[in-house]
Amino acid sequence: MTPHDIEQRAWAALQSVPDPELPLLTVIDLGIIRHVRATASGGVSVGVAPTYLGCPATTVIEQSVGDALRAEGFPEVQLQTVLDPPWTTDWMTDDGRRKLRELGIVPPDRPASRGMQAAACPQCGSPQTSLVSAFGSTPCKALLRCDSCLEPFERFKCL
Amino acid sequence: MTAAPSSAPLNSAGVAPGDLVELLLRLGDSSLILAQRLGEWIGHAPAIEEDLALSNTALDLVGQARAFLTYAGELEGRGRDEDALAFLRDTREYRNLLLVEQPNGDFGVTIVRQCLFDLFQRELFAALSSSADARLAHIARKALTETAYHVQYSRGWVVRLGDGTDESHRRVQQALDDLWRFTGEMFTADAVEQRLEVAGVLPCLSGLRPAWLAAVDEMLREATLTRPADGFFHTGGKQGHHGEGLGRMLAEMQFLQRAYPGASW
Repeated sequence: MTPHDIEQRAWAALQSVPDPELPLLTVIDLGIIRHVRATASGGVSVGVAPTYLGCPATTVIEQSVGDALRAEGFPEVQLQTVLDPPWTTDWMTDDGRRKLRELGIVPPDRPASRGMQAAACPQCGSPQTSLVSAFGSTPCKALLRCDSCLEPFERFKCL
Repeated sequence: MTAAPSSAPLNSAGVAPGDLVELLLRLGDSSLILAQRLGEWIGHAPAIEEDLALSNTALDLVGQARAFLTYAGELEGRGRDEDALAFLRDTREYRNLLLVEQPNGDFGVTIVRQCLFDLFQRELFAALSSSADARLAHIARKALTETAYHVQYSRGWVVRLGDGTDESHRRVQQALDDLWRFTGEMFTADAVEQRLEVAGVLPCLSGLRPAWLAAVDEMLREATLTRPADGFFHTGGKQGHHGEGLGRMLAEMQFLQRAYPGASW
């Protein structure tokens, strides 16, 4: 296999590695796989960007990435943490955004306007919503409530 | 830790590794100690939303601490990882700013302490983003994106409480008056930091104060609060001289690793 084939196979294998917090989304959807390179020994080197520096899921994600590639038969898997450029929600794929909407979570704005933003209700579409909490159940989400249908909902923070 | 002897090899930025380790400990310890203080609110915050906010902010700060302390341990080369540095150093070896170890007090004290520090981190990390030390710059750039969010939260509360009821105004003004004397340390460079400033690894700390002060003043105007006059500023935290509260906090934070060395799950 050429290095290109190896890298393509690795990218394909990563398509099935889920995010531990939002299992419908893959690591590819999140945009956290920064590079995949074939190594001289026929293995791969993969760069992973942490979403948040303190996100507890980071360790699990790195383990699952390693496991998936070893299961695919790569003899050697090197993982690198890529801090720079810092991960941004702009890197989330269209597929990822669609899946978030399916989960009733408002996807991040693109381009990301930093900070706490308003969002239309994912249930009824009303633009009249209120921020309940700037922080949520995971580092990447905030809690909002619709003032029209009164349903609470989550919003992916823009980073 | 004292400065590395002049014979120690210099890294690519032309600084003694000992100086850089010292800086990384100061950065990491301030984040870690504030995270631990915020963690004391879990289950006790005024509302569940604030419980979430303070613990999420703490989590981001732990993330910063991990990045800084891991780098410090690797550079130091004595086999100490982030956990060894966090759990097996005593009070005098801690290098955090005095501001972040101050007791939580009421929610007003916690939020004023947080805001003064968040605004400082925003200036510091923005400047460190172009540090001559590439790895430090990368950590700062990453942390900066999260710090911007912290500022919005803590600043929002200072304004609401300051421009709130007579009671909330009185309490946050008191917190500001009490904590102001710990803010001078953030902008005071000692010999280690001065060498790092010259090498371009660290921005000029005193040079960060005007922008910080402008942001503080703008917030205080909105909050109808009064900036305390500059008087005596406490220093020494960055050199390991701490108040008695830090020892008690470390006793709790480090208990498990001290009692059961190497315990893991």
